[in-house]
Amino acid sequence: MANTENTKDTEFPKKNPLSMQIDLAKFAPATDEEKAQQEVMSESTTFFKDGMRKLLKNPLAVGSIIVLILIIAAAVVGPMIVPYGYEEMISVNGRRDKTAKNLGPFEWSKNEQKAIDSGEKLFPHILGTDEQCRDYFVRILYGTRVSLFIGFFAAILVLVIGLIYGSISGYAGGKVDMIMMRIVDVIYSLPDMLMVILLSVVLKEVLTPVIEGTFLARLGSNMISLFIVFGLLYWVGMARLVRGQILSIKENEYILAARSIGAKPGRIIKKHILPNCLSVIIISTALQVPSAIFTESFLSFAGLGVQAPMPSLGSLANAARGGMMSYPHKLVFPAVVICLIVLAFNLLGDGLRDAFDPKLRR
Amino acid sequence: MSSEYLVEVKDLKQHFPIKTGFMKTTYLKAVDGVSFAIKPGETLGLVGESGCGKTTVGRTLLRLYEPTGGQVLFNGEEVTNKNITALRKEMQMVFQDPYSSLDPRMTVEDIIGEPLDVHKLYKSKAERRDKILNLMELVGLNAEHATRYAHEFSGGQRQRIGIARALAVDPKFIVCDEPVSALDVSIQAQVVNMFEDLQEKLGVAYLFIAHDLLIVRHISDRIAVMYLGKIVEIADADELSDHPQHPYTQSLLSAVPIPDPKITRQRKRIILEGDVPSPMNMPTGCAFRSRCRYATEKCAQQCPNLEDRGNGHFVACWNK
Repeated sequence: MANTENTKDTEFPKKNPLSMQIDLAKFAPATDEEKAQQEVMSESTTFFKDGMRKLLKNPLAVGSIIVLILIIAAAVVGPMIVPYGYEEMISVNGRRDKTAKNLGPFEWSKNEQKAIDSGEKLFPHILGTDEQCRDYFVRILYGTRVSLFIGFFAAILVLVIGLIYGSISGYAGGKVDMIMMRIVDVIYSLPDMLMVILLSVVLKEVLTPVIEGTFLARLGSNMISLFIVFGLLYWVGMARLVRGQILSIKENEYILAARSIGAKPGRIIKKHILPNCLSVIIISTALQVPSAIFTESFLSFAGLGVQAPMPSLGSLANAARGGMMSYPHKLVFPAVVICLIVLAFNLLGDGLRDAFDPKLRR
Repeated sequence: MSSEYLVEVKDLKQHFPIKTGFMKTTYLKAVDGVSFAIKPGETLGLVGESGCGKTTVGRTLLRLYEPTGGQVLFNGEEVTNKNITALRKEMQMVFQDPYSSLDPRMTVEDIIGEPLDVHKLYKSKAERRDKILNLMELVGLNAEHATRYAHEFSGGQRQRIGIARALAVDPKFIVCDEPVSALDVSIQAQVVNMFEDLQEKLGVAYLFIAHDLLIVRHISDRIAVMYLGKIVEIADADELSDHPQHPYTQSLLSAVPIPDPKITRQRKRIILEGDVPSPMNMPTGCAFRSRCRYATEKCAQQCPNLEDRGNGHFVACWNK
């Protein structure tokens, strides 16, 4: 056995081709090189990278990301390209064009047609105009902007409050948890629409002078009360979710290990618990956005939405309701945009869950 | 005040409240009056069957649970909630399950570096990295593994990471809570031998909790046997293995497989009858009497205390 390395190939007797015996050469000891290959580990991937890779393999999720990017880009860039304002009535040569009322997509009014005939260049009304001679495409772009803003802002509001409340409740446990969760139960049982309506009536008086002249004034006090209601009521779902996550993560041995090291509760929550429930939080935030957009659309439809003349997708649909028989396209376009946004966010949320939820892994 | 012992545990009790009905609470006596002491650099093995309170002893010792009663002295100083943060630098723990005791979202570097962060044991990033790489080398991990995540390692490697984390603060005492029972046998030997090497190099004391008597005998200087929250016998490792005196220890030892068919055929196994009584509803007197062959009237009335039978061999049994 002294010279095994050199004689490795010749050590085994030649096999008769007709022999049924197993080829002994197959049982040669591994060389150092082969052993080293066993040591090589797969390329290190972070949890995030791995999740993104999975997400990008999901065609529905990728499709909804593309749709969302297109919608957001249109809402941001679109109003800069289209030369009409959302509250601007169409005018030709400095004079208000009263004939440009309720135009269909890509139609010109009589006055505009004359101007074009005389050699002037005008930007087309891609989606026509409304009954006050305003360009409908620009109004939808602005409405999308408002709806998206409300969706993201409300989702962030819900996230922050729910996250803080839920993590305290879950980590503290025991009596603190019980009391905090009973408060959540009480809030859960309040009718949210009633709260929005009541608050918007009360806050209208209080807030109108305060927010005058700011960006918020253009959105209107109704939207402020919507945000307040989101801040007051809608976080409970998130708080429950975070608490549940933390309760289950808290039982893991690595939390005990962190405590045995001497880590303080704040560090344990920040470094160990939150990163481990981050995926669930991201997913439910992504699903919170369409729910906020939906609520806003519903409220605008009920006449409690953004302040006119600022459009939102819901108020546009509401305004189009009157002429539904004559001009159905005016109802269809905002409704389609709402559907696209909500559907894309929901599909993206589902994709995120599939890609990041640790329970579906392994 | 200092003493010859590094860690002294006196009459440690840990009772968990269990709600058994509306407004009714009974107590699960997981640990019920355990006393032992460990010298610097010594290994005390703690054995017993599942659910007898071994793990709870280790965790209560480190104040991961608030003890119901009793004292823990470290270097003669009583461990309280006030000084525990400072003492966490001296007493550390290695956990049973290497799969759940490492945070899946942290790199190895951060896992091992966490005790350093918590106790602020470095002045610069470079010093932190140096220390971590030294620790990794100490437990036999490659430096290139530092940026990897725990799920990329095998069980044995993960346990090494856990050990490196415990060693990061340079402790004098480590509670090893069944550190090898989740590993397969070939890896067990590696890890156990590493524990021994580390003890030689660093002079740490271990409380080595396990249910495998062979491993405990191999690594321990002394062994304590627990049954239902109490220590029933404590003695030097060889003394206990060769001359067990408590009937429970005798039956435990008779169940240890010996890799020699001749001996195995000759020896008699002592098979215990019945199940372990529930720790919520313990028998009166000696906890073991319900399964003991030698049980007498006296066992039902009074619980025997640990008594010295010479050579530092303590047994809690009325029968001599």
